[in-house]
Amino acid sequence: MSAAGRALAAALLALASPAFADEIKPGSAFLSPEMQRQQEDQGRNPGYLWVEQGEELFSRRESVSPTCISCHADPGQSLRGAAARYPQVDRASGKLINLEGRIEQCRVERQKQPAFGYESQDLLGLTAYVASLSKSVPLSVSADGAAKPFYEAGKAFYERRQGQLNLACTQCHDDLVGQKLRGDTISHGVGTGYPAYRLEWNGVGSLHRRLRACSLGVRATQFDYGSDDYLALELYLAVRAKGLALEAPGLRR
Amino acid sequence: MKLAAIRIALIMLALASAPASALEAYTVVGDAIPAPLGGRIGDALRGRALVLDRTQGNCLICHHVPEPNEPFQGTIGPGLAGVGARLDSGQLRLRLIDAGLLNPQTVMPPYFRIEGLRDVAPAFRDRPALTAQEIEDVVTYLASLRTP
Repeated sequence: MSAAGRALAAALLALASPAFADEIKPGSAFLSPEMQRQQEDQGRNPGYLWVEQGEELFSRRESVSPTCISCHADPGQSLRGAAARYPQVDRASGKLINLEGRIEQCRVERQKQPAFGYESQDLLGLTAYVASLSKSVPLSVSADGAAKPFYEAGKAFYERRQGQLNLACTQCHDDLVGQKLRGDTISHGVGTGYPAYRLEWNGVGSLHRRLRACSLGVRATQFDYGSDDYLALELYLAVRAKGLALEAPGLRR
Repeated sequence: MKLAAIRIALIMLALASAPASALEAYTVVGDAIPAPLGGRIGDALRGRALVLDRTQGNCLICHHVPEPNEPFQGTIGPGLAGVGARLDSGQLRLRLIDAGLLNPQTVMPPYFRIEGLRDVAPAFRDRPALTAQEIEDVVTYLASLRTP
């Protein structure tokens, strides 16, 4: 293709992508430069303590058979990019599943072990570890085919007002980005840093924990960890952030 | 015409709602609700406390008020310095009770409304964000902010 042809193709691609694609910024873009540096420094980002714990669980050989690593050998290569494709529709069940759900599925169906439980330290560690293997990989989650109804449900959730304060996600995370809520800057609401170490939590938490905090903020029902509502919203947020680099474990206020 | 329709709708709502959960009735005139809710008398000091408190009004999450000891204030809503000179008490009252009556797209939450809300957390269900007395307290405080 000629240079002019390539330029034209690039321009057409840019026109075809959703209007928000090149405006959406990751959560880290709303941190101070010092916190941005701290996030990128494995020695100073406490999230890496969870990553290390997850790495240890991933390759631990005692009692559990098969271990994670016996199927996923050389995870730095074999699982690189895997986290960037979640949530996705599980072929066998037809249900939407996120990275936490896939890890639990492996644990229960293949390792024949009791599920860790959402938000347990072990599941957070494993999720943070597997997500960290996709650091800098662009998100490429599908909203098409079997995922379409889930995407539509997530979009509807994002756009509808809820709670006693009667607010929709989009009112802040699209229309008021960069404005101050007390001392905090409103971000685009991108989940690419999760599981993340939040100073407010003094620990690592999942995206669903963060979503529960948002729900509480508008005095709305807090849905369960791993609920259909939050899974669909997670899918919508991921599709909306398509192309953004994964940055888990993120560091957040 | 739009406001007249809203007024009728409010009257219908008031007639339809069960007495147990009914909020104090009010009448919209233009862009204002001139009469205090339930005839209550507001207290500016209590109103100020509600505005600053993070669990009640929490107004500073979005608005700026002339309070030098409040370092973290929001930038979303209009600044409230001088709001008492720009709007009268009736106009302030309507904007607190349900700013959506003026602008359905508003980001300002309705502080005295229980209908038409979705997925309200159990602890906040079937009660308004502020009581009639609290609305009157905040109105009285805001009306006192006359210096731009």
